[in-house]
Amino acid sequence: MAGEVKYRVEHWPEFLGTDFITILWLTLRVSGTSVLLSSLVGIPLGTWLGLSCGRPVPLLRLLVQTGMALPPVVVGLVLYILLSRSGPLAWLGWLFTPQAMVVAQFILALPFVIGITQSAVAAMPGELRMQLLSLGATQWQIRQTVLWEARQGVLLAVAAAFGRSLSEVGAVLMVGGNIQGHTRVLTTAVVLETGKGQFGVALALGATLLCLALLANALIVRLHGSPPLYE
Amino acid sequence: MNELPQFELRQVRKQYGRTVAVDVEHLRIEAGETLCLLGPTGAGKSVLLRLLAAVERPTVGEVRFEGRDYLGDRLPRETRHRITLVFQRPVLLSGSVSRNVAYGLRLRTCLACPKTEVARILEHLGIAHLADRAVRTLSGGQAQLVALARALVLKPDVLLLDEPTAHLDPAHVALVERVLREVAAFHPITLVWATHNLFQARRVGQRVGLLLNGRLIEVAAADVFFREPADPRTRDFVEGRMIY
Repeated sequence: MAGEVKYRVEHWPEFLGTDFITILWLTLRVSGTSVLLSSLVGIPLGTWLGLSCGRPVPLLRLLVQTGMALPPVVVGLVLYILLSRSGPLAWLGWLFTPQAMVVAQFILALPFVIGITQSAVAAMPGELRMQLLSLGATQWQIRQTVLWEARQGVLLAVAAAFGRSLSEVGAVLMVGGNIQGHTRVLTTAVVLETGKGQFGVALALGATLLCLALLANALIVRLHGSPPLYE
Repeated sequence: MNELPQFELRQVRKQYGRTVAVDVEHLRIEAGETLCLLGPTGAGKSVLLRLLAAVERPTVGEVRFEGRDYLGDRLPRETRHRITLVFQRPVLLSGSVSRNVAYGLRLRTCLACPKTEVARILEHLGIAHLADRAVRTLSGGQAQLVALARALVLKPDVLLLDEPTAHLDPAHVALVERVLREVAAFHPITLVWATHNLFQARRVGQRVGLLLNGRLIEVAAADVFFREPADPRTRDFVEGRMIY
C-alpha cells in the first residue's frame, strides 16, 4: 500500500506537466468540436424527425436508434480504411490527426443528438403544434418554438453526445494513433498508462475525465433555467 | 349578411384509422354570427373546430373559407391570421403569462411586442395581476383565461372556441361571456363556440347546432332549436333525456 502511494506521488509532477495540459486541451478541443458539429447537424435533424409522421420516419428512427449502439471500434476500423493511404479519402491526409478523431467522435455522437432530440420533440403535446399553427406561426416558427419548449431534452442530447465523445477510446485510438503531443487524449492516455503499469497516473487521468463530465453536466443543468412546461 | 358565407362545409368527413370523428354533409356559417356547437363528449366538436381552423385536413370533402376551398395547413398565411382557435385544454408555452399572450402578436410583426395591447386584454379578462407569473404556476381556469387572452389580443375575424369556460367558476364564465359579447359588439367577429352546456348555448348562441357521433343532427336559430327542435334526438338532448 505504502509503495503504491509513493509511486503515485512520484509521478504527480510528471502528470501535471506540460504533457498533461496538452492532453487535456486536445481532449476538450476534439470532444468540443465533435459535439458542436453533431449538435449543429443533429438538432435540426432530430427536430424534423420528431415532428414528421411520413412513411420513412419509423425506419429512420430505427436507424438512428441502431446508430446509438454503433461499436466505436467498427467506426474506427471503417474510418481507418477510408483514410488510410490506399483508401478513397487518403487525399485528405487526416489519418493520425485530430481531424480524424473529430470525425470519428462526430459519427458516434450524432445518433445520440438526433435520437434524444427527436424523443424530446415528439414528447411535446400534439396540440401544441396545432395551437401554434392556429396562432399564425409558419412551419419554421413552429419548429423554433417546439425546439425551445423541448430544450431540456435537447440539452440532455448535447450532454449525452459530450459524454459519448469524452469517454470514447476505440475509434480515436485507431484513427488518431495516440501520438504524444499530437493525438493523445485523456482516454488513450489512460490506456497507455495502464499498459505501462502506471495505475496511479491512469487513475488520475480517469478522475480528470470524470471531473470534465461533471463540469459539463453542471453547466448544462445551469443552462436548463426554469423547467419547461411540458415535463 | 354577405352572399359568401364565412365557412361552408360540403360532404366533409374526418377519419382516424377506421374511426369516423366527423361526418358533416353540409354546414354554412355566416360572417359575424355566433354559432354554438352542442354535443356530448366525443361527439366531434373539437375535430370540427380543428377542421375549420385548418390545423387538420378533412379525409374527404370541402371546407370553404369565404368561398375558397383550402387544404388543411395550406391555408394562405394572411387568411390564417384571420382565424384563431382556442383549445379545450389550454396549450401554453413556458415562460410568463405576458410572453404567452404576446406570442401571436410577435409572429405577426418584427417590431417589439405592443405591451399596451397585452396589458389591455389582460385587464379586460381580469387577470392583469398574473402578467408576470410563470404559466406553470397557474390553475386550470387561469390558464384557460390566458389562452383566451392570447387569441383575443390578435383581434381575429373568426374565433373558434372549444369549451372555453370548461374549467371556470360561474363568475368567470359570466365574465368570459360578457367579454366576448363586448368584442363581438365592437368588432365584427364570427364565433364558433363548442360547448356541452345547454344553458350557455342558449345564452350566447344566435344559432345552435347539435353534433352526435360526428354527425350534424340539426342547426337552427337558438330560440327555434330550444323551443321547437325538428329532430327527436335534438328534443331528447335539449330535454336531458338522451342517454349516450
